[in-house]
Amino acid sequence: MQTSEYGYNSKIEGDVVLTTVDAALAWFRKNSVWPMPMGLACCAIELMAVGASRFDISRFGSEVMRFSPRQADCMIVAGTVTYKSAGFLKRIYDQMPEPKWVIAMGACASTGGMYRSYAVLQGVDKVVPVDVYIAGCPPRPEAVLDALMKIQKKIGTQPILQGTVAAKLLHLEEK
Amino acid sequence: MSALESANKIKAKFGALIAEPTEFRGEISLKIADAEQIFEVCNFAKRQLGFDYLVDISSIDNYGEDPRWTVVYHLRGVASGEELRLKTDVSEEKSELPSVLPVWRTANWHEREIYDMMGIRFSGHPDLRRILMWEGYPYHPLRKDFPLAGKPSDLPGVAFTQVTPMEGGPFVTLPSSSDSIAREPRVRVPEGAERAISDQRLIDGKLK
Amino acid sequence: MAQVQDIEIPDSAARAAAIEEAQDVQGEKMVLNMGPSHPATHGVLRIVLELDGEVITKADPDVGYLHRGDEKIAENMTYTQFIPYTDRLDYLAPLANNVAYALAVEKLLGIHDKLPPRCQYIRVMVAELARISSHLLGLGAFAMDTGAVTVFLLTFTEREKIYNLAEAASGARLTTSYTRIGGLMRDIPPTWCDQVRQFLKEFAVALAEAHTLLTRNRIWVDRLRDLGVISKEMAIDYGLSGPNLRGSGVEFDLRKNQPYLCYKDLDFDIAIGSAGDCYDRYLVRMEEMRQSMRILEQCVNKIPGGAENKSHELVSIQDGKITLPSKQKVLTSMEELIHQFMLVTEGVNCPPGEVYFGHENPKGELGFYINSKGGGTPYRLKIRAPSFINLSILGELMPGAMISDVPVILGSLDFVMGESDR
Repeated sequence: MQTSEYGYNSKIEGDVVLTTVDAALAWFRKNSVWPMPMGLACCAIELMAVGASRFDISRFGSEVMRFSPRQADCMIVAGTVTYKSAGFLKRIYDQMPEPKWVIAMGACASTGGMYRSYAVLQGVDKVVPVDVYIAGCPPRPEAVLDALMKIQKKIGTQPILQGTVAAKLLHLEEK
Repeated sequence: MSALESANKIKAKFGALIAEPTEFRGEISLKIADAEQIFEVCNFAKRQLGFDYLVDISSIDNYGEDPRWTVVYHLRGVASGEELRLKTDVSEEKSELPSVLPVWRTANWHEREIYDMMGIRFSGHPDLRRILMWEGYPYHPLRKDFPLAGKPSDLPGVAFTQVTPMEGGPFVTLPSSSDSIAREPRVRVPEGAERAISDQRLIDGKLK
Repeated sequence: MAQVQDIEIPDSAARAAAIEEAQDVQGEKMVLNMGPSHPATHGVLRIVLELDGEVITKADPDVGYLHRGDEKIAENMTYTQFIPYTDRLDYLAPLANNVAYALAVEKLLGIHDKLPPRCQYIRVMVAELARISSHLLGLGAFAMDTGAVTVFLLTFTEREKIYNLAEAASGARLTTSYTRIGGLMRDIPPTWCDQVRQFLKEFAVALAEAHTLLTRNRIWVDRLRDLGVISKEMAIDYGLSGPNLRGSGVEFDLRKNQPYLCYKDLDFDIAIGSAGDCYDRYLVRMEEMRQSMRILEQCVNKIPGGAENKSHELVSIQDGKITLPSKQKVLTSMEELIHQFMLVTEGVNCPPGEVYFGHENPKGELGFYINSKGGGTPYRLKIRAPSFINLSILGELMPGAMISDVPVILGSLDFVMGESDR
């Protein structure tokens, strides 16, 4: 069952909203993406700048930078991933509960960046699946917010209840 | 006391071990002939001449020459501000020299890094293990015969390495060679393929 | 009423074993891994702590998680091609790294004291701005780790203003690559000095606010005082540099002891601590920011050519073998065309020899040891990273402290892993 984005204007629709469960859940979910900042190098500083007052990530619901993977939705890999770091990065990704997304921030996380050397993993997508890549070295905070909006769009169109236990119990799926 | 006077004092004390101090851009360098005596020289420099601050220990790979390793110590006296450079050579078969950790405790991590990157051992070091690469990494990356792209290695559970793709470059500039064609920034031919190189050093494998 | 009864063990051998087990468990130490991914470790630093209850008995820092192979890359790049890599060393103060590296290569060429005066003043200004920027983030992250989150947002607002200045000068907020061998990438825009003056006015207010929030704050002082004490001898023996060294009472600042650029002509003091504890290091950094403000004010007033450079002062050495000639000349004259070609393809032709140049970076002494066999690429470039050396003292500093003191000690040492691991 495919869902679509839901726009809501109280002056037109009134104060009661009728929607699909999936669309509502997707709306809640995408406006509260809790990032797990895997801040490794210089991009982490721009990530901190995104979290600070000027480029407020709180307007998107994501100021809760949870360093514990168990409580996070989206892992933002900000910085160079070395072969030594790849192990624990994969472990932390595995510890995140579903659904989870990954943003590869910056050139180093996307493709290894300008570090073509013996110690640098040429792109974090070699160990974890990446949803959005941000170009830049480091990307401007606006670019990070743009990537967050892309993730939000992706979340907004994702079927949520399909295949879950709750859907079976509520007989929401067609047989 | 200026650095040159300190250098001459060291030469006076250790005699034939020390070559004449050389100067370049205002810095005095001393070459020590026998690496085994480095601890005594450093001890003398600290206790008698007041070089109480070890700025840096570096290592150089003189690939193709014997002795292969040069270890460079940068000393400074905090009160006087004078700086001195001590250099010593180590041959590849030996690859070992005494640790100066008892003289300056900062040498601990410097020597661990040199062991990690170059493979030179320091006798008397209490805890000589890798510091920048992980324990069990089989190579010494900063050696001249180790390629920038790396070599594959695998330590399951800890880390792994793969060869970094360098084709479609230029990601590197070849060190100055007489072949201007090889030097120019253009697409490089992948490893193993035929290359028109006129520099004999590259063919002999002396420069990579 | 409930009564507490001891469980009687009839068998004497079992009783002895139970007592032994109780003693064993009491003396057991816990090994805690303060992992590479941790909010308070200022980057990817792993510390293996051995704890006896809350007290740390052993600490073993494990660095190298950000080791990118800079030194080997440097052997394969021309001197100018390596400048962007220096940005990413201490990524909190990239302008200072650029200045340090350019000065090191210029020392190899023999021109580091022959730079045009305007270039020197601009380099000093950007280095001091970088110092303020780095100390601000160090302070912000430090305060945030100990619980004072407001200071983090305050310092980041000020850092954004510095980013605006850096962007106006070089085009990039963080990774500026502003200096070139023999000069600068380009001159500062005409309104830059006025922007700096405006920033200094606003920053004075913000700094005073940070002082009000922290310096005499009971909680802050109690957490920092008498913690992580580094004595003078220990600081020198461990090779510390920068505010860590001066916080322990050692009067050594490369800007005063081995002056470079135009620091001789500027009037400023260096802050020296007395107790060598975390609180002293914090105060040293706060005072250094104030002194940097003093230096900046003098520079904007004394800069040769003035803010708008009406007299067209040079910002780079005019030597075709070192700096790129102007594009107009390159496209019309043969000699400049050849210079441009050689500089871009081969790099600045440096004489064979070796130099070491130490620069007073915000984190400490950033040094470059360049061993050159002639030509445009170095044979060996060693980066003397202050953070790497400052971290080595952790094994000595942490035992005896409690686990909640770890963020305080780490924050007061103010290191950055990009520089430490290179």
